[in-house]
Amino acid sequence: MGAEIIRLVDVSKVYGDGDAEVRAVDGVSLSVKDGDFLAVMGPSGSGKSTLMHILGCLDTPTSGEYRFAGEDVSGMNERELASIRNRRIGFVFQQFHLLSSMSAWRNVELPLLYRSAHDRRQTALNALAQVGLTNRVQYRPNQLSGGQQQRVAIARALVTDPTMILADEPTGNLDSKASREVLDILIGLNKSGHTIVLITHDPNVAGVAERVVEMADGHLQDRVAA
Amino acid sequence: MSLLRTFDTGMRGLLGHRLRSILTTLGILFGVAAVICTVGIGTASANSVNARIASLGTNLLTVSPGSTVSFGVRGGSGSANTLTMEDVSGLQDKQDAPDIAAVAPVVSGSATLVSASSNETTTVQGSTSSWLATNARSLSAGIFFTQQEVQKHAQVVVLGATSAATLGAVVGDQVSIAGNPFQVVGVLTSIGSTGFTNSDDIAVIPLTTAQDEITGGSPDSVQRLLLSASSSSTIGSAYAEADQLLLQTHHITNAAAADFSITSAATLASTAASVTTTLTILLASVAAISLLVGGIGVMNIMLVSVTERTQEIGLRKALGATPRDLLRQFLIEAATLSFVGGVLGVGAALLAGYLVPRLANIAVAITPTPVIIAVVVAAGVGLIFGVYPAARAARLAPIAALRAE
Repeated sequence: MGAEIIRLVDVSKVYGDGDAEVRAVDGVSLSVKDGDFLAVMGPSGSGKSTLMHILGCLDTPTSGEYRFAGEDVSGMNERELASIRNRRIGFVFQQFHLLSSMSAWRNVELPLLYRSAHDRRQTALNALAQVGLTNRVQYRPNQLSGGQQQRVAIARALVTDPTMILADEPTGNLDSKASREVLDILIGLNKSGHTIVLITHDPNVAGVAERVVEMADGHLQDRVAA
Repeated sequence: MSLLRTFDTGMRGLLGHRLRSILTTLGILFGVAAVICTVGIGTASANSVNARIASLGTNLLTVSPGSTVSFGVRGGSGSANTLTMEDVSGLQDKQDAPDIAAVAPVVSGSATLVSASSNETTTVQGSTSSWLATNARSLSAGIFFTQQEVQKHAQVVVLGATSAATLGAVVGDQVSIAGNPFQVVGVLTSIGSTGFTNSDDIAVIPLTTAQDEITGGSPDSVQRLLLSASSSSTIGSAYAEADQLLLQTHHITNAAAADFSITSAATLASTAASVTTTLTILLASVAAISLLVGGIGVMNIMLVSVTERTQEIGLRKALGATPRDLLRQFLIEAATLSFVGGVLGVGAALLAGYLVPRLANIAVAITPTPVIIAVVVAAGVGLIFGVYPAARAARLAPIAALRAE
């Protein structure tokens, strides 16, 4: 389809040294294009979380090249990485990570605080409308169900109009009904042109993606989508 | 992130933990209020001492006896009885001491005064008719006793304003002093408290009567001599004349071995000023320490806050907050806690400055300088003690912070 969003070339992440050396990600290469829906599968300890942190510019690789939307991010400092995360990536986490003292729309507004943005409230409300929570904008996270909380988190990921949405086990804390709602929203977003990378250990969840790759012992291999 | 938006974020952080923020603020509040109040009390006390000393007149000299020496231990100044009525007549000699206008010998003791309606125990001074002039006092009612009354051991009394009010006595009334009936002949004009003694709570009776009834001892011996110079410009020569005369009459050749000492209002003023300054510095230091403790409280609570909000910090970082954004957010929170504490502390100090003089009869003079210094120091303390917690927040790695439970 479109331009290359993610280009990993022989990327490794090594923790510790000598006998204690752990190669969490070992020589991984990967290409994701604009509009793709990729699922990364793997059991815990396979290195998929480390890969997710590198893809999300939350961590930098020990070696190898990572280009994100044409920019080389492997050598960026913390401030530049923060800017990439803010402008380019929308995160959805397993534990939602909503701030409990703030209403839904204040949570959605958060990423806009770290960039120059006008009409932050309206932008946040639009994002909440996209996930069907127009009538919950003033609710605190503890007044919302798990599924609603994750939808708020998706709205927060959407609000900056990111290049890629990175969802790390987005259904891990949800029942099957709420999981389905969340996945439907992600599918809908992909249909409307958003690039989505989904990290999961659950084959049923991975099944919604166009392409599934599998991490095992730090290595990555393609697998035909079920 | 703009400073205004960071400020807004910081405020939300503080309001999210209302009770904790209020308690931390209280630490600073008390520190600032304590600094302002202690300095205020010190200032007021210095002012009133200075005013009192000015009211004494600058031409007053006080002669106190030297100290006794027993078994090689030197007693306090004034413990010896070396001043006599002979000294008084010597100093009154216009030939030898032209610059001394008046001399009043004084003995004093404590006695219980009983009126028809009330009673009190107070200082009773025995003196001569020169007492009024040498002390630069005046009467609000009646007359002072005369020299004749002193010679006749008359049982007459002049009361201070407070004593007269306490006893409910007016001129012409009878009061009993140490069991003897006295007639009130005059009431002194009030001059207020010095902060150390109340000059209005006093009874003055003839020297001779006081020696008979209150202090006892030789009728020739007195406790103190009050001298007034003819004017404030002749105080130096009056001092020299008194010193010379007393050395002669006491047959002392070495001035360093004098059995008396002479103090002037000026030396009193400087002694009082140094005592007040020392006390003020002492109290203000204690108050400053409490301000410091308040600052450590801010640091403590900010460290707790950073630890507790690790996930929030991680999330903000993931969403694009730079280390600088977080540093500023936590610095603003710390500075706000202490600045608000400082401002409220000023409010508390002003309130105390209003209430304390009314409730405890302690004067408080709040001046702008300590107020400004206290608020600036409080905000500074917050910033300084906020740097370390804020830097910790800024340094947290986003993934570690997000994973924290």
